[in-house]
Amino acid sequence: MRELAPARPLGGPAVPLAPLLWAGAVLALVAPPLLLGDKHWAISWPKPWIVPLKAWITAFMTWLRDDLSFGLFTFQEATRFLSWLLGQPLALAGALLADGFTRGSGSDAVLLWPPLPWLAVAGLPVLAALWAGDRRLALLVAVCFAYLALFGQWASAMTTLASIAVAVPIGVAVGLLIGIAAFRRPWLERVLTPLLDLMQTVPIFAYLVPILWFFGFSPVAAMIGTIVFAMPAMIRNTLLALRRVPVETVEFGRMAGCTRRQLLWKVQVPSAAPGLMLGVNQVIMLSLNMVIIASMIGAGGLGFDVLRALRRLDLGAGLEAAVAITLLAIALDRLSQAVAARGPGERSGPGWLLIAAALVAAAWLVGPVAPAVQRWPDAWTLTTGTAVNEAMIWLNLHAFDTVEAAKGWLLVNVMVPLKRLLVGLPWLGVVAALALAGWRLGGWRLAATAAGLTLFIVVTGQWEYAMVTVYLCGLGVLLAGLFGMPVGIWASRSEPVHRVVQAVIDTLQTLPSFAYLIPAVMLFRVGDVAALMAIVAYAVVPVIRYTDHGIRHVEATVVEAARAMGCTRGQILRKVQLPLALPEILLGVNQTIMFALAMVVITALVGTRDLGQEVYIALSKADVGRGLVAGFCVACLAMIADRLIAAGSERLKARLGLA
Amino acid sequence: MRLKLGRALPLTLAVCLAAAPLRAEVESKDPIKLTLHDWTGHFITTKIMGGVLQAMGYNVEYVQADYLAQFAGLEPGDLHVAMEIWETTGADALEASLATGKTIDLGETGLFAKEEWWYPAYMKERCPGLPDWRALRECAEVFATPETAPKGRYLGGAVTWGGYDEERVEALDLPFEVVHAGTDAALFAELDSAYQRKAPWIGWVYAPHWSQTKYEGEWVEFPTYEPACYTDPAWGVNPDAAYDCGKPFGWIKKVGWAGGAEKWPCAYQAIRAFRIDNATMGGLIAQVDLEGKSVEEVVQGWLDANQDVWQAWTKCG
Repeated sequence: MRELAPARPLGGPAVPLAPLLWAGAVLALVAPPLLLGDKHWAISWPKPWIVPLKAWITAFMTWLRDDLSFGLFTFQEATRFLSWLLGQPLALAGALLADGFTRGSGSDAVLLWPPLPWLAVAGLPVLAALWAGDRRLALLVAVCFAYLALFGQWASAMTTLASIAVAVPIGVAVGLLIGIAAFRRPWLERVLTPLLDLMQTVPIFAYLVPILWFFGFSPVAAMIGTIVFAMPAMIRNTLLALRRVPVETVEFGRMAGCTRRQLLWKVQVPSAAPGLMLGVNQVIMLSLNMVIIASMIGAGGLGFDVLRALRRLDLGAGLEAAVAITLLAIALDRLSQAVAARGPGERSGPGWLLIAAALVAAAWLVGPVAPAVQRWPDAWTLTTGTAVNEAMIWLNLHAFDTVEAAKGWLLVNVMVPLKRLLVGLPWLGVVAALALAGWRLGGWRLAATAAGLTLFIVVTGQWEYAMVTVYLCGLGVLLAGLFGMPVGIWASRSEPVHRVVQAVIDTLQTLPSFAYLIPAVMLFRVGDVAALMAIVAYAVVPVIRYTDHGIRHVEATVVEAARAMGCTRGQILRKVQLPLALPEILLGVNQTIMFALAMVVITALVGTRDLGQEVYIALSKADVGRGLVAGFCVACLAMIADRLIAAGSERLKARLGLA
Repeated sequence: MRLKLGRALPLTLAVCLAAAPLRAEVESKDPIKLTLHDWTGHFITTKIMGGVLQAMGYNVEYVQADYLAQFAGLEPGDLHVAMEIWETTGADALEASLATGKTIDLGETGLFAKEEWWYPAYMKERCPGLPDWRALRECAEVFATPETAPKGRYLGGAVTWGGYDEERVEALDLPFEVVHAGTDAALFAELDSAYQRKAPWIGWVYAPHWSQTKYEGEWVEFPTYEPACYTDPAWGVNPDAAYDCGKPFGWIKKVGWAGGAEKWPCAYQAIRAFRIDNATMGGLIAQVDLEGKSVEEVVQGWLDANQDVWQAWTKCG
């Protein structure tokens, strides 16, 4: 192993200085509150110094809404036009899948032709699965759709599917175009990167009110929120995939006399297809993550059913609707993966299209006269009834006391002291420490970034909320790591375990967190522990996924060489696989932090007093500025963590000779 | 367009047929959009109003919307009528919205929110002085959890609900710690869990709500609220502090998009006239949440049985 990173920052101190520096940093953090008391300006930012960013943002947004005009039309008219435009495909999808074609609207609407019968809606994906994959995939897809019908989720699921069916293609297409543009123009990429970070990390509650102002209170607004959240994944994957197209391929295209346009669409994009499909997968998963929030602003569907069931503590009904969302996600995800793996131009005969068209036509024509083909008969539906509630009661009666004891220990020995420590840290010391970390890991530029982002939180007066957020999410990430890494390692070493774990983490990722937050409250009471459990349940997903993936993708020859040298399995894991998979694992940690921060708004629903609660309160007071400032602070935390870890990972790669 | 097939249609038809003679020309056939929130009582008030408007010949559409986010839809006229704004949980948002001049207050619903500290009936054995509030001083420890001991733990509503519980605890010198639930669902999940285990619990409960029919319990009796209690420290048992009393009954109001008053004047008239009382509402909610009937069925039953009540609302002139 080479000892020193070649990319060591200019002017970085020699290694022996480091321990001294870190000791100084720790001292700078802990000493001042003891010496100066916690009212000093260097400890807690004085109120009069707070920059009134909230008020400025509110004023700006109101101006956008009421006053900005381009002469012929106002800004709001422009956004409303866009909303109308996006509403057209949505209305079509809604009519096709859920509501049928009608004349007029509201209760006066006259049904002209019913929506696609369930037989066709369920049949098409199964056919697609047979075409792109195999019988097993077709069976999986069939089971997912059968669940929707059997458990009486069909009508709501179609409303949800209709909005996904429009949001995903738009997110993918626009994301692809932006990604290509950024690939060609490096300056655009530099501008985009922070913007993408904001889109992914500012909680949607923070900009819900402006979206509603500009795009109207309709399913379209919900769809736009979904696209804003899901599209960055497509842009990032497009950039990554285009960059990975081998230089030789592009050169070959050039030699063949391609124009720039031909080179892009006939050479680069097709060669990048697998990477692009990964983006599509991400967009599907992330769009389904938004189903609950979208239902709060008029999208209806499964998300609304989950909310309503939990509101009356009908855990069974809530779980049934939540599982429907998960199964929809899994079916769409596996299907798109199969399509991606098939690659373009293979085995595509007109036969399949013909069968599909025949199925749709037959079902649609027969539907109006055969009610059982048109609508899944209510008599055929199942329900778990009170079983889930009863199971929860049993758990509550038998496990509560044990849980309570463990919880008490955790609170007294870990959570409360940690919270006190973090909230008491002096802002000046934290800014300095983060700047130092940035400088050591990536030079003065990173130092300035880290310090600047931290200062933003300080000067906007969000310090204390931010530290509570750091406490909850930090602990959540730590626990997720402690639990997730061993599981990930285990999954990487055994195929059956891998399969089971994969199914579990896919479920955790797509199951609406609200569905397990309420049972968590029943066992852990309202408070930080319930919030922490919900954070861990969601944030553990990427740790497991990336650890598993990283170890599996260590080059087989390296492992072989180690084995030839007589290493035991344990030695191979510790000395070869883990170090080589470390960059990947760090990427997983980075994603874990993002996932944990994404839960901040959800945990506000069980009463935490952090940035998420600020966002939530702002929503209830329709205070646009307050919500956005708190939302930006969440994004700042995410960006600080992301930049530092990325730099650390780069250094590690260099040290291990991987870069 | 956003019409739930098979659910809304029969209701529509039934209402229209039942009230056919009433149907008259209305000012505009554009749909009046009523918001639906995620609790049963709201479904019932809204669908009763919707049924009446349909009987009058109006075109009605229901839109699922978040309770707080809906104001952003009411102001520009994307949504038109919200049937329940609670004083406790929505007064700030309502006030801010009315101040824009884009929404109008359509009067009270006749429902009043009773909100108070509430405990399950079995707690009376462990703290015999209840429901008198002074008993809470003696047996706070019964309500304690490891985090709050020796103080009692009181589960309040979301921070945004207000309610002055911290002030109340201070003013009445109650050894309690106020913990905020964040949401309604979390609040009742905790109550449900405690009730199953017959464990100590005290928290913010309100009515009309299904909890009143599902759980047996009582309200704590604080000194009765008077406006002076919240404004004048000298009032009440603690001469140095305000909030030394119980909570006021909160109104539940209807609110509408201001433009609607010109577009559908008779409809707005009927919405203003809408009145229902707590007892009726409690009964309807219980039919849905506890007896498992559908909202449509229950609403239709009420409309059929109370023709004269709602037909009085529809007079316009």
